[in-house]
Amino acid sequence: MSTATDQTQPNDGTELPDFPGTRSPRCPFDPPPVQAGWRRADGLTQVRLGNGHIAWAVTRYDDVKQLLGDPRLSADGHRYPQLMETQRHGQPQAFPRMDDPEHSRIRRTLTGEFTVKRVEAMRPHVRSLVNRFLEEMIAAGSPADLVRAYALPIPSLVISLLLGVPYDDHTFFQTRSATLMRKGTPQEERQAASGELFGYLLDLVKRKEREPGDDLISRLITERVVTGELTHHDVAMNSMVILHAGHETTANMIALGTLALLENPRQAARIRDTDDPKVVAGAVEELLRYLTIAQDMLVRVATEDIIVGDHLVREGEMLVSGLPSANRDVVFETADALDFDRDARGHVAFGHGVHQCLGQSLARVELQEALPALLRRLPDLRLAVPLEEVRFRHDMVVYGVHELPVAW
Amino acid sequence: MRVELDEPKCVAAGQCVVVAPEVFDQRDEDGVAVVLEEHPAAELLDSVREAVAVCPAAAIRLAEL
Ligand code: HEM
Ligand code: HEM
Ligand code: SF4
Repeated sequence: MSTATDQTQPNDGTELPDFPGTRSPRCPFDPPPVQAGWRRADGLTQVRLGNGHIAWAVTRYDDVKQLLGDPRLSADGHRYPQLMETQRHGQPQAFPRMDDPEHSRIRRTLTGEFTVKRVEAMRPHVRSLVNRFLEEMIAAGSPADLVRAYALPIPSLVISLLLGVPYDDHTFFQTRSATLMRKGTPQEERQAASGELFGYLLDLVKRKEREPGDDLISRLITERVVTGELTHHDVAMNSMVILHAGHETTANMIALGTLALLENPRQAARIRDTDDPKVVAGAVEELLRYLTIAQDMLVRVATEDIIVGDHLVREGEMLVSGLPSANRDVVFETADALDFDRDARGHVAFGHGVHQCLGQSLARVELQEALPALLRRLPDLRLAVPLEEVRFRHDMVVYGVHELPVAW
Repeated sequence: MRVELDEPKCVAAGQCVVVAPEVFDQRDEDGVAVVLEEHPAAELLDSVREAVAVCPAAAIRLAEL
């Protein structure tokens, strides 16, 4: 264990490049150019993470898949606290920061909620939410900030519905989660919001125990708590994780996806002018690949010495996957182009291996509904400011835009 | 050709169901994949091969018989 921490301590003596690096202002959709260099040159490169720890940056598609699928890599935040510090502390131990078998034991209590079938059954609800927020945005008038009016409320309400948050509590729920996710939130305020939200969810779990409904929390109680598989605390924690991992990710994909479509009008027309759900689904896969918003935080620690290509990664050393770079690797032809003709399936925008995104089917449905509806309802949609003035989420875990001023 | 599923490995993200819905489904209770067609017709084999390729857990195998 001591070696594990020693080797990843901040090391002021060396001049390592920062991860994830800086994107080019002229190509805001492309990964930091430095990562393309690492990918071509050496495969694995030592970098410094935002918290000062040193890690191997993995930037090739094949290496990313190999490593994220390798059980010798650990995501266990108890065993390797440096995995949590990448997150700037905060959340208590939850299954994304556990290894199998415990990780899979908890994950499998949730996977039934996110099957393709289950999520398809939610599609009509997602569609009516999408239409509601669209009409509300239009009623408020052009211009609008698409992030606030559309991209954020959709996943937020979808998750509330999924968990079974009562309608009257939505405002409380949304303001606390917004505080938690906002970058500038001071540590004390973040902890307060996190405590309030967790307390709220624990209360909700107890309420649902008395009056179960048709929702995820109620099902976890009646199917998992009564059997002793999960505690009340576990159910509240899993709800926090779903909220945390499924809200800003989807929101940023909707907003950045919209911007990419506005900048590529011929591709946008493909989505707008089709009534074939397969075309829309294929376009969404390509947007997921091209934009790969999970730009940081895909961290693991080697539990033994591992050879990757020409490199020896020693036990206790940290690795960080550069998903945006991997999805621009040569396995995809003309990878730097957004091209709805390509078959983008097999991309790693949702990660790979046992931690691959639990909510991916739901995210797909949200994107497949939100993007075409917007393009069809507002065929004149355009950016209300020059592209250079759009504020991109450079130093956030998840890439995207802070605001997206649009007009129609 | 026979489709083999290593059930304990499955992480239940449903990628196989998306690419080969004729061959795979997911169990309602935990989303773990189920093989609907153990011996898929020839025209389905391409989609099964794609499922093998995209499965995040390397849980699917297409065995030559
Ligand atoms: C486009 C939107 C999304 C993107 C790009 C995305 C991306 C990712 C990625 C890359 C991971 C892997 C993390 C790792 O290996 O360390 C992940 C895990 C996860 N995601 Fe998503 N996600 C999205 C939407 C969602 C949604 C809608 C939910 C739930 C409602 C969700 C829930 C989760 C959970 C719970 C995990 C942890 C899984 C585990 O550790 O087993 N995500 N996501
Ligand atoms: C148990 C494991 C996790 C812990 C401990 C954790 C912790 C945190 C913390 C403390 C923040 C605030 C960071 C800041 O101040 O910049 C944060 C932000 C965020 N995390 Fe996580 N997280 C975990 C897993 C995940 C997963 C699986 C996803 C989905 C891929 C995810 C997506 C996000 C997003 C979208 C933000 C918003 C802020 C940003 O983009 O920088 N997290 N996380
Ligand atoms: S793709 Fe693989 S991991 Fe996902 S459900 Fe199918 S068999 Fe399971």
